[in-house]
Amino acid sequence: MTKIVICGVGGQGIILASDILSLAAMEAGYDVKKSEVHGMAQRGGSVISNCIFGKKVYSPLIGFGEGDILLAFEKLEALRGLPYLKKDGTMIVNDYEWPPLTVASGDVVYPENTIETLKDKVKKLVSVDGVKIAMDLGNIRTTNVVLLGVLARFLPFKRESWLSVIERRVPGKTLEINKTAFLSGFPSEV
Amino acid sequence: MREFISGNEAVARGAYEAGCRVACAYPGTPSSEILENIAKYKDKIYCEWSTNEKVAMEVTSGAVFAGARSLVAMKHVGLNVAADPLFSMAYIGATGGFVIVSADDPGMHSSQNEQDNRNYARAAKIAMLEPSDSEEARLLTKLGFDISEQFDTPVLLRLTTRISHSYGIVNTEKREEHPPKTYNKDIKKRLILPAHARVRHIFVEERLEKLREYSNGFFLNKIEWGDKDVGIITSGISYQYVKEVFPEASVLKLSLTWPLPDKLIREFANNVKEVIVVEENDPFLESEIRAMGIKVVGKEKVPLTGELDPYILKRAFGFSEEIHSTRSIPSRPPVLCAGCSHRGVFYCISKLKLTATGDIGCYTLGALPPLNALDTCVCMGASIGNSFGLELALGDEIRDRLVAVIGDSTFFHSGITGLIDIVYNRGTSTVIILDNFTTAMTGHQEHPGTGKTLMGEGTRKIALEDIARACGVENVYVVDPYNLKETEEVIKREVKRREPSVIIARRPCALRVKPEPPLRVIPEKCTGCKLCLRLGCPAISMKDDKAVIDKYLCNGCGMCKQVCLKDAIVNE
Repeated sequence: MTKIVICGVGGQGIILASDILSLAAMEAGYDVKKSEVHGMAQRGGSVISNCIFGKKVYSPLIGFGEGDILLAFEKLEALRGLPYLKKDGTMIVNDYEWPPLTVASGDVVYPENTIETLKDKVKKLVSVDGVKIAMDLGNIRTTNVVLLGVLARFLPFKRESWLSVIERRVPGKTLEINKTAFLSGFPSEV
Repeated sequence: MREFISGNEAVARGAYEAGCRVACAYPGTPSSEILENIAKYKDKIYCEWSTNEKVAMEVTSGAVFAGARSLVAMKHVGLNVAADPLFSMAYIGATGGFVIVSADDPGMHSSQNEQDNRNYARAAKIAMLEPSDSEEARLLTKLGFDISEQFDTPVLLRLTTRISHSYGIVNTEKREEHPPKTYNKDIKKRLILPAHARVRHIFVEERLEKLREYSNGFFLNKIEWGDKDVGIITSGISYQYVKEVFPEASVLKLSLTWPLPDKLIREFANNVKEVIVVEENDPFLESEIRAMGIKVVGKEKVPLTGELDPYILKRAFGFSEEIHSTRSIPSRPPVLCAGCSHRGVFYCISKLKLTATGDIGCYTLGALPPLNALDTCVCMGASIGNSFGLELALGDEIRDRLVAVIGDSTFFHSGITGLIDIVYNRGTSTVIILDNFTTAMTGHQEHPGTGKTLMGEGTRKIALEDIARACGVENVYVVDPYNLKETEEVIKREVKRREPSVIIARRPCALRVKPEPPLRVIPEKCTGCKLCLRLGCPAISMKDDKAVIDKYLCNGCGMCKQVCLKDAIVNE
């Protein structure tokens, strides 16, 4: 059984990334469950989505210390999500700061040297500047799919089946750029 | 067909397959997507957003009288609103299958309390089903209609957030048709005068005994034998956590959880050394099983508050592993969106230092810093009555600085009766209705003021100002909350007026309109006074002692430009 936690800020496209991941796992013949919270959490608050796949999946929820991989769309959220990662788990972090309103108003300070802090704690850390990659492609909104591509490097699904799920789940107008975004996270030489 | 769907979507699918004909709801997290998904089958199922949960329950009850299979859905607190017809329908029964869906919210992800609605099934003496994943949500919805008709009872389908909003693989089936039976007048059943109700109560008690027998043999109340040292009794989402944390244990998985299968529980308990009950929130199963004289381990280990998950369950039984710790991290609470029309009203309330009773919706977020604009939030519609009560208790001490703040959908839901109460009882309260043309918090559902139904048909748009006037309010004003000066002036004037007033702050939800071009700060003019930060806009922050506007987040509403005293904020 593989347990993946995706976390970040409401509005970053976490739910879509988690949808694509789940469908790719289903396509590969696994039992899959996914869980996330809607409503209040989506108004720019912290968002967390769980995806679990394997021969038979029971809990749709990943508890502390259970995640095999944690994919964080934002550095502060990476710190917040850290307890969900297994001691020997892998973390993929988007090297991006989105200060919460409490920081913007000057009440609290955004933690410094997040990546170094994470490096000390996590067994395997992969840091990606997903926003820069997406902006270079011409659409910041594809950051989620770039990061999904990076996640794909660590999962046993074929590149073609990922792309076919993206074709089903992403609206026509932005399909091509999303496919390019995915492949820039998961280039064929990896 | 195999599909990967949420529990809510699976309930909709189950209702479709069962031949459901009428479905009603008022939106509420985590239940809202049930009716949104039923709307996909609108050629077969009439569906509506009802004005509130009580009305939804009454409309479906009428369809049930006529023998049509019907479903009503709501969040846990919605069932409080609908409890009056619920208890009557428990006596009246179900000519057509009647499934009542309650989506509870352990952990309170988006709710004001953590009430456990399994208690309603026991109190109303009706059957209850609890699915543990999407496939069971589909199947038990279908079976719910059958059980309802077989035993002449409403059936409570009890979901929780992790059932509603978790996804799993479901095997869909074809729809079966159940045309409504011929309607027969039957006042002894459906007109519950005391004389009729006394007879029906005897029926209800007998029905419960028949249901108990059925529960004992129900194929989804099942024992999964494993190691017999420990036997775990569980239901709903807790079953999944149990299977993961105690893979070796014997498990009694309950799906029909009211009335409980007494014989099956005894058989299970007699064959294991120790019985553990694992359930979220109230000791519902536990207290019933203890009352049967069976010794169990339950809430002395399993937490009473909050959700469970595999880690929490492991920790409760003392075998969790070491985890990564993190130091304290700045919180990231949800905020009003950039360009949210509510912000203008809250900014003015905050500036005028008013006492404001609040209500349920996105705008409850106006209570958070830096706006700090609300004093109270109780339940749907409460702002209006609460405001009047404060006025009665404190009189002149508060009269001139008191407002009630309520959203458009919430006002239709249960604000109107409160407003009539103020007019009737000679109050002077000021009510601000935040009209953004939608039920925003739960995902932008239509309501009586939008001119459109759930099934996508055009309909008569009910105007808030017409209702306010019809309630007897003479001072009704409409303001544009993007215009801070006007909004402030009208609020300031109306709170002082010794008569009831209604101010309608009207602007569409920012998420539903095309944003205007972003604004920017001229750094040379910005003095770093932070006045603009008082708006609590997520697009504005400080960098090197100057305000900066994030051009990707800014929606061009222009409120910050009005607030800035140095003219440092300009349109691009």
